[in-house]
Amino acid sequence: MKHLLSAGDLDLDQAITILDTAAELAALTDRSVKKLPTLRGRTVVNLFFEDSTRTRISFEVAAKRLSADVINFAAKGSSVSKGESLKDTALTLEAMGADAVVIRHNLSGAPHRLASTGWIGGSVINAGDGTHEHPTQALLDAFTMRKHLRDGKGDLDGVRVGIVGDVLHSRVARSNVLLLRTLGAHVTLVAPPTLLPLGVETWPCDVSYDIDSVLPRLDAIMMLRVQGERMHDAYFPSALEYSRLYGLDSARMSRLPDHAVILHPGPMNRGMEISADVADSPRALMVEQVANGVSVRMAVLYLLLGGMKEND
Amino acid sequence: MDSSRTRIVLDDSDIARAVRRISHEIVESAKGADELVLLGIPTRGVALAERIRAEISDIEGYSVPTGALDITLYRDDLRLRPARALEPTSIPPEGVDDRIVVLVDDVLFSGRTVRAALDALNDIGRPRAVRLAVLVDRGHRELPIRPDFVGKNLPTAVGEQVRVNLAEIDGSDSVTILEGESA
Repeated sequence: MKHLLSAGDLDLDQAITILDTAAELAALTDRSVKKLPTLRGRTVVNLFFEDSTRTRISFEVAAKRLSADVINFAAKGSSVSKGESLKDTALTLEAMGADAVVIRHNLSGAPHRLASTGWIGGSVINAGDGTHEHPTQALLDAFTMRKHLRDGKGDLDGVRVGIVGDVLHSRVARSNVLLLRTLGAHVTLVAPPTLLPLGVETWPCDVSYDIDSVLPRLDAIMMLRVQGERMHDAYFPSALEYSRLYGLDSARMSRLPDHAVILHPGPMNRGMEISADVADSPRALMVEQVANGVSVRMAVLYLLLGGMKEND
Repeated sequence: MDSSRTRIVLDDSDIARAVRRISHEIVESAKGADELVLLGIPTRGVALAERIRAEISDIEGYSVPTGALDITLYRDDLRLRPARALEPTSIPPEGVDDRIVVLVDDVLFSGRTVRAALDALNDIGRPRAVRLAVLVDRGHRELPIRPDFVGKNLPTAVGEQVRVNLAEIDGSDSVTILEGESA
């Protein structure tokens, strides 16, 4: 494995290796010295063309805990705002000796372009591209579910996961469907028809328009953020109606099985897809997801950069 | 593998005697067991550390805190091979600060594993002293490292392979030498 572009590229063994590695690396959080020498002398560039705080910081913390040098390249206020192309930016980073480029781009497919052109000799890690994929988010979600539902071991065979909300604009949903399928989980997407992507019937999952019929048989529910910044049409009549039909409030939470956990990739719109009392309940794992994100990204960086350089 | 000759150098009763003797020596040198922490280096060092813990428990009636210390992330040859999966690390809740830590491994060869273990230990705490116990010392050190407790000194050629089998992992106890070119 040289790049991580899509959650669908991972086979079962690779996915479990990443999750197991992350589980070992998570122990670092409890130590007084939160640092490993493993990636000493390697350079990781965070190339972010789109606003992101938690993902960038998460990758930055992960790389620094492995002793890599981290360079943050935000497109705003950089040469990109002066009109530089992705190619020239990539060639510049290559000339500076980047061993890995973590890329977040508003256009789907930008990481794939970077990885397949030879502009960059190092590894490319997709940190979210347009409405396409966000594989490390799917890995941290799977890690969090495995920890709570499968005692932190093995796969997610037979786990039933509901992914609710703005699937159309969600790279998190697509990556999760692909990875959860590989891990043996059963996914049901729940959304109004206007917020489901074209061709969703070919995805390896079920689709429902009715959250209430799905709730009682879920082991985990993932609420997606309504992505106002990507919505240029009216996808639903009003925010209040969306919230009533698809939002997770305490009444709906009480209809989940007792062991079921609640996830949200963040940032949350409290009162929209999730009510404040649900977001603050002990069953909601958002804060833990953030911590697990660092462990999972450390595992990905270690497995991509820690060994011999691959020249494929 | 078939063309190379395999020679058994320690059988199960030899290994049992060696572990018992090492356990006695550890207790004797530490003047008791109450300050000790045993840390096995995966995979077979962990099983050996557990055996030493059981022996010391028989001798002193005290169960020494015992754990595992994976050194993969501290290796100096990471870039020579594809990235490896990690082995479990478990540090006893008592920690290692101000204690006498005994690192336990199956074979001492170049000394590079022990160097990595010392680095790893340094990030976990500050022991009062660190000792090294190995079942087999086969020589050919590449670093200034020496063991404190040795089950068996085994003169070998560099091309030979020493293999330690333990019942917990391999089904039975034995130490064998594989002769011939490095397989």
